[in-house]
Amino acid sequence: MILTEFKPLEELIEKLKDEKKIFIMGCGGCPEGADTGGKEVLAEFKEKLSKGGKTVTGAMEIDFLCQKALIRSRIKPRLDEIKNADSVLVFSCGIGVQATSAVIDKVCHPALNTITFGGITGMWQGTERCDTCSDCILDYTGGICPYTACPKKLLNGACAGQSNDKCETDPERDCGWVLIYNNLKRVGKLDILKNFIPPRDHAKMLPSADLRKTGLWALDEEDAV
Amino acid sequence: MTTETAKKSKFEKTLEDGKFAVTCEIGPPKGAEVDEIKEAAEVLRDVADGINVTDLQSSVMRLGSLTTCHLIRQMGLDPIFQITCRDRNRLALQSDLLSASVLGIRNVLALTGDYTTIGDHPQAEPVFDLDSVQLMWAIRRLEEGYDLSGNQLTRKPSFFKGAVVNPGADTEASYELQIIKMKKKIDQGAQFFQTQAIYDADVFKRFMDRMHKENIDVPILAGIILLKSEKMANYMNKFVPGVFVPETVIKKMEGTEDKVSMCIEIASGLIEEVRSYCAGVHIQALGWEKHIPAVVKNLK
Repeated sequence: MILTEFKPLEELIEKLKDEKKIFIMGCGGCPEGADTGGKEVLAEFKEKLSKGGKTVTGAMEIDFLCQKALIRSRIKPRLDEIKNADSVLVFSCGIGVQATSAVIDKVCHPALNTITFGGITGMWQGTERCDTCSDCILDYTGGICPYTACPKKLLNGACAGQSNDKCETDPERDCGWVLIYNNLKRVGKLDILKNFIPPRDHAKMLPSADLRKTGLWALDEEDAV
Repeated sequence: MTTETAKKSKFEKTLEDGKFAVTCEIGPPKGAEVDEIKEAAEVLRDVADGINVTDLQSSVMRLGSLTTCHLIRQMGLDPIFQITCRDRNRLALQSDLLSASVLGIRNVLALTGDYTTIGDHPQAEPVFDLDSVQLMWAIRRLEEGYDLSGNQLTRKPSFFKGAVVNPGADTEASYELQIIKMKKKIDQGAQFFQTQAIYDADVFKRFMDRMHKENIDVPILAGIILLKSEKMANYMNKFVPGVFVPETVIKKMEGTEDKVSMCIEIASGLIEEVRSYCAGVHIQALGWEKHIPAVVKNLK
């Protein structure tokens, strides 16, 4: 199971400050087990957002958000609600945010931070990768993770090493920042690239012992019944 | 807290006075022998306003940039300390910047760095704890008297801060990404830019037109790599990202036995074409330092 935790509320407020209409997307997979997802959590955030003056155009849950094809088919009846929103708030691990961003032409804000891969990683079969950095910034980077899509893990834009939009490390590999640029262009939000992203906090990348234990609960003999 | 009242560097004053600046480059050796780089630096004494010292260029293990800068400064020349994010985390980057300041090295050039696998230690751990924009921010924080964790420094260092940009990025996305990142570097305090090597004056002129449109007025030095042969041109076209040598230039090289004279002709011709567009040129001679005086003789 992939362990996630809620982003601090102040960070969410900052993320959504320029947006009025939000669509909520939840993953019915791992977040349910980590108490960061499920219908109750989505309902709770729907209320919080409404109280905060936002219009929630809709909320839905899909098991699992790491499956792009599934997202594509399941959102069909909800397209009006999604199109009507300024952005999407996603309750899932980094893989689910990336998969949602790949399918929906809106900025997808991560509502959670991904802490650790404690066990089986849902149904994830795609090209998305999550570094479990516990400090998700996928909404600043067009739903492409710069830690995993760029070998240099650059946060503020491309190096000059690419040739024909391919990476200097491998002519077969797409430049992660070109992918980021193209995605943000697709959703009409290139201005986001002007933001200065501070260095990441590696201290957050060390999940505490109890979280690591929880992540492995299925393998822990003490939990056997 | 005391403020470091570093004297302005020769290179900095040249740009400030609006004079056309010439910077050159020294690549530290593989080993502890330093006579050769001292000789190369000596050749540059009367032509270079600043001398870049590369930081493990192409990810090849060599003598360090900081030590080489110190040697060059001891010779009475003005080094530009190139510092990349490839091999140092944020502690080491900040520490080396403080060391540079204490050694009286004022010019720094903040770079991301090539990836490790292209060099001679492809097994090495690539660090990239900061990127070049964050490094520029780190330098600014040190100048304000704080480290990246907000701890106060006993004495503020002071630098003349530069960065790089590639005017020849080959696709819309990579070109726009260069401009976006350049602006972020300026926001964080970049005071000059040196560009990736150009061989097509029109590419550079178009880039400078864009700079004008974007109201970017930070001094920009056009990058010039001395072309030694048509073989080198073909190699760069194939393997060096962002560098493009036009067919006309390659033909010129092919058509002559006297490669040195042609090299000087091509480089000085290029400089003549771009000089009214930029604040200076950055010449990389790759061992042909002795020919730089001939390349810049019309400038000095």
